[in-house]
Amino acid sequence: MLEAHEIEITRGDRRLFGNLNFTLNLGTLLLVTGSNGSGKTSLLRALCGLLLPTAGEVRWQGVNIRTLREEFWKHLVYVGHNNALKNELSAMENLGVLCALSGVRTSAGQQRQALAHFGLAGRERLPAKALSQGQRRRTALARLSLCGSLPLWVLDEPFAALDSAAVSYMQSAVGGHLANGGMVVMTTHQEVRIPAPAMAELDLDQGYH
Amino acid sequence: MVALLRAVIRRDLLLAWRRRTDIATVVLFFIIVVSLFPLGVGPEPNLLRTIAPGIIWVAALLACMLSLQQMFASDHNDGALDQMLLAAAPLGLIVIARAFAHWLMSGLPLVILAPLLAIQFDLAPELSPVLTLSLLLGTPILTLIGAIGAALTLGLRGGGMLLALLVLPLYVPVLILGAGAVDAAAAGLGADAHLLLLAAQLVVTATFAPWAIAAALRISAE
Repeated sequence: MLEAHEIEITRGDRRLFGNLNFTLNLGTLLLVTGSNGSGKTSLLRALCGLLLPTAGEVRWQGVNIRTLREEFWKHLVYVGHNNALKNELSAMENLGVLCALSGVRTSAGQQRQALAHFGLAGRERLPAKALSQGQRRRTALARLSLCGSLPLWVLDEPFAALDSAAVSYMQSAVGGHLANGGMVVMTTHQEVRIPAPAMAELDLDQGYH
Repeated sequence: MVALLRAVIRRDLLLAWRRRTDIATVVLFFIIVVSLFPLGVGPEPNLLRTIAPGIIWVAALLACMLSLQQMFASDHNDGALDQMLLAAAPLGLIVIARAFAHWLMSGLPLVILAPLLAIQFDLAPELSPVLTLSLLLGTPILTLIGAIGAALTLGLRGGGMLLALLVLPLYVPVLILGAGAVDAAAAGLGADAHLLLLAAQLVVTATFAPWAIAAALRISAE
């Protein structure tokens, strides 16, 4: 269970938002929306522990994530708007490293299968620099199908650069994770049709509802 | 945890191999700088023998500096660093693994080449093992201290120059002990004291530097 307690974030001199409270329970999707620059990415980075909120704290199972550190991170997958792919490594090598960092052991067969799910069959050995923007995004997201055992997914604009087929596959993958009792926090500008058991929307321009 | 660290080392070695021109640059820089001195100073054997340890050590130090900037820079730009900060293992351990991989590709070649380059200075053959050993103990310290600077200057404009100003003064004790070991052996005093102090410094640096690097990386990521 992820809990935001009285979070305030300032970037530079600008206060993005303050007194933000919410609780994310098992099987819940939290959709973070807001205009450009409203602080969606900053909020996601704060929820992961990459950014220290100006005030307040993020809690996992009731304990501040600053105290938990790896104990929290081993339950988390973060896919930022940067894909974290190394140009010189192949799609499979990139996927293997990203999963290993999350503490998930994967075999070559599993990696190939995950890439195939995301429509990258036959391109596993290509260096990431030879992939298109959409294919790079697919590679970064393919790790989600290998990291289903980690309950909390934090996704920053997961549908950016994806075509409609990949978007609908991605939506069903998120739906499947939620049905298995996972938690997902994501930002998006697109209309989402995810079969979520429970869903909350956080509009940073207007507030939590 | 072991699997995670192995994956990180494997990743860094693979990346270094695919960007092997970067390693070649460092190694060639080292060879060229060391070779310039006998040409510039002239063929006076006694003088060359005296300056050999100092020249080789200073060149190794500068070559180490050259490779440092890239240590975290590309990972910072493409988001890979964020994934390491959120890894399932303590960041300090990941940093040790990365520093080890970095040293294998940028420090170890210098250690191996040094005795060969020492021939240009007519360094006595019995001093070569001392030179190699001093570099073997000293270059990991250079990598670890340099990594602190690289992490602190991450994402800054003109970070390269700042990195040099920040790190070079900290290299002074290593330089004195390293070059001094060879000098002491040449004077017949034995290099044990210098080498033991160097080893002690390596132990202290390897213990504390990773946590400093980890803290600096977390600040840079904010």
